[in-house]
Amino acid sequence: MKQYLLAVHMVEGTPMPEPDVMQKMYDQVDRINQEIKAAGAWVFAGGLKPADTATVVRSEGGSTTMTDGPFAETKEQLGGFWVLQCADLDEALAWAARCSAACEGPVEVRPFEDEPA
Amino acid sequence: MDLDGVYRAEYGRCVATLVRLLGDINLAEEAVQDAFAVALEKWDSLPPNPGAWIVTTARNRAIDRLRRESTREARHAQALLLHQPDEPEEVGPVRDDQLRLIFTCCHPALSPDARTALTLRLLAGLEVPEIARAYLVPEPTIAQRIVRAKKKIRDAGIPYRVPAAEELPDRLAPVLTVLYLMFNEGYAATAGPLIRTDLCAEAIRLARELAALMPDEPEVLGLLALLLLTEARRPARLGRDGELVLLPAQDRSLWNRALIAEGHALVRRCLRRNRPGPYQIQAAINAVHTDGDATDWSQVLVLYDQLQVVLPTPIVALNRAVAVAEVHGPALALAALEGVDLPGYHLLPATRADFLVRLGRDAEAAAAYDEAIALAGNETERAFLTARRAALGT
Repeated sequence: MKQYLLAVHMVEGTPMPEPDVMQKMYDQVDRINQEIKAAGAWVFAGGLKPADTATVVRSEGGSTTMTDGPFAETKEQLGGFWVLQCADLDEALAWAARCSAACEGPVEVRPFEDEPA
Repeated sequence: MDLDGVYRAEYGRCVATLVRLLGDINLAEEAVQDAFAVALEKWDSLPPNPGAWIVTTARNRAIDRLRRESTREARHAQALLLHQPDEPEEVGPVRDDQLRLIFTCCHPALSPDARTALTLRLLAGLEVPEIARAYLVPEPTIAQRIVRAKKKIRDAGIPYRVPAAEELPDRLAPVLTVLYLMFNEGYAATAGPLIRTDLCAEAIRLARELAALMPDEPEVLGLLALLLLTEARRPARLGRDGELVLLPAQDRSLWNRALIAEGHALVRRCLRRNRPGPYQIQAAINAVHTDGDATDWSQVLVLYDQLQVVLPTPIVALNRAVAVAEVHGPALALAALEGVDLPGYHLLPATRADFLVRLGRDAEAAAAYDEAIALAGNETERAFLTARRAALGT
């Protein structure tokens, strides 16, 4: 089994959907989460607060600095993710297709590094 | 058959089998190359089943190689290999392995460029410089594409399998494209001599296997028919001195009747399903070319009109213009080329030159031939265009 990150990205500055639209999405995501759990592919998942809540910590040469805001200077920021356990990429892509429909946005699939020997 | 012949015929099959046994493309390739090196030393004459000999030797070499390594994966792979029962595949590589590998190489998670390069490397046994030359791309670019694709297959866990029926529509298209490109490269090589028969044969063989696996997919049958009907005309494509002979001037008695009969039967079979896709329509066009003593160009033009709807590419527009010239004359054909843009493709100026000659506009035709000659990478085609240019006397 391999583990895959299914990442959902938010584009900064996109207006928040209406509450009823948000509720519909939450329900859809909830349903797919139940299915992932029932199929035994669930490892972990979560939605993130917006990127402006992020802080970057750097510890170099004995001193630690902190900066406000996300690390990557881009409008597209990680908004949430699933970590799934799948037999192969095809299985992960099949879940990604359904997750994308549920959260109504593109889903990026990336394999985790294998566990060290 | 010599060792080179065995290599061309068996390389892809052996690599595909070894990939299944080892689960690792690089290791499979190394093992097969090792086995061919051993064959070079040991074979006085060909063994009864060279492919099986290579597979068995490659498998043993792979076990040796894994024994020398001490990583966990190597031990794991070795255990798998040693405990794999001697399946019937050992007698001769099974065709399913190759389909599995084609679908792996053509996975939609890989870039289209990488798919072609990887398939030509692993299944057709082409070397990196050959692939680079075929696509007019620097060698390091091709090498890098292949390395990246293999790495993604391994790291992302792209499976070695033929996809399930419901996934086929998405997964089949790139596979058909790759086989089509492989054949085209063999039929009119981008550089060097015009025809590479081994590449054409390999593409046809793989298309046959695909058709056997998916007899209900009309586009698969369409592609196979297209390749067979094109291949059938090959014996007439070069004249006595190796010069290019265009379709209208070809000696039809040299065409391969058996391939034509098979191709026509396939075209009829898929047209009955009435789901015409690009390959079926192109096959139908070639069926018209190979039907009777002369091409019925009005029928060809109708088919090109249909093709243009499902496949609105500049190449189709160019080929359609050739049919327009035959049916409605060169003036309308020249107008049909307006706005067709194919940068770097010699057949566009070559076709325009032909229309201009027919219209008696020799000076413009000469300029178009010059443009085509400068772009043609293939010696045979360049010689053909140069002769046409010289015949103008301008």
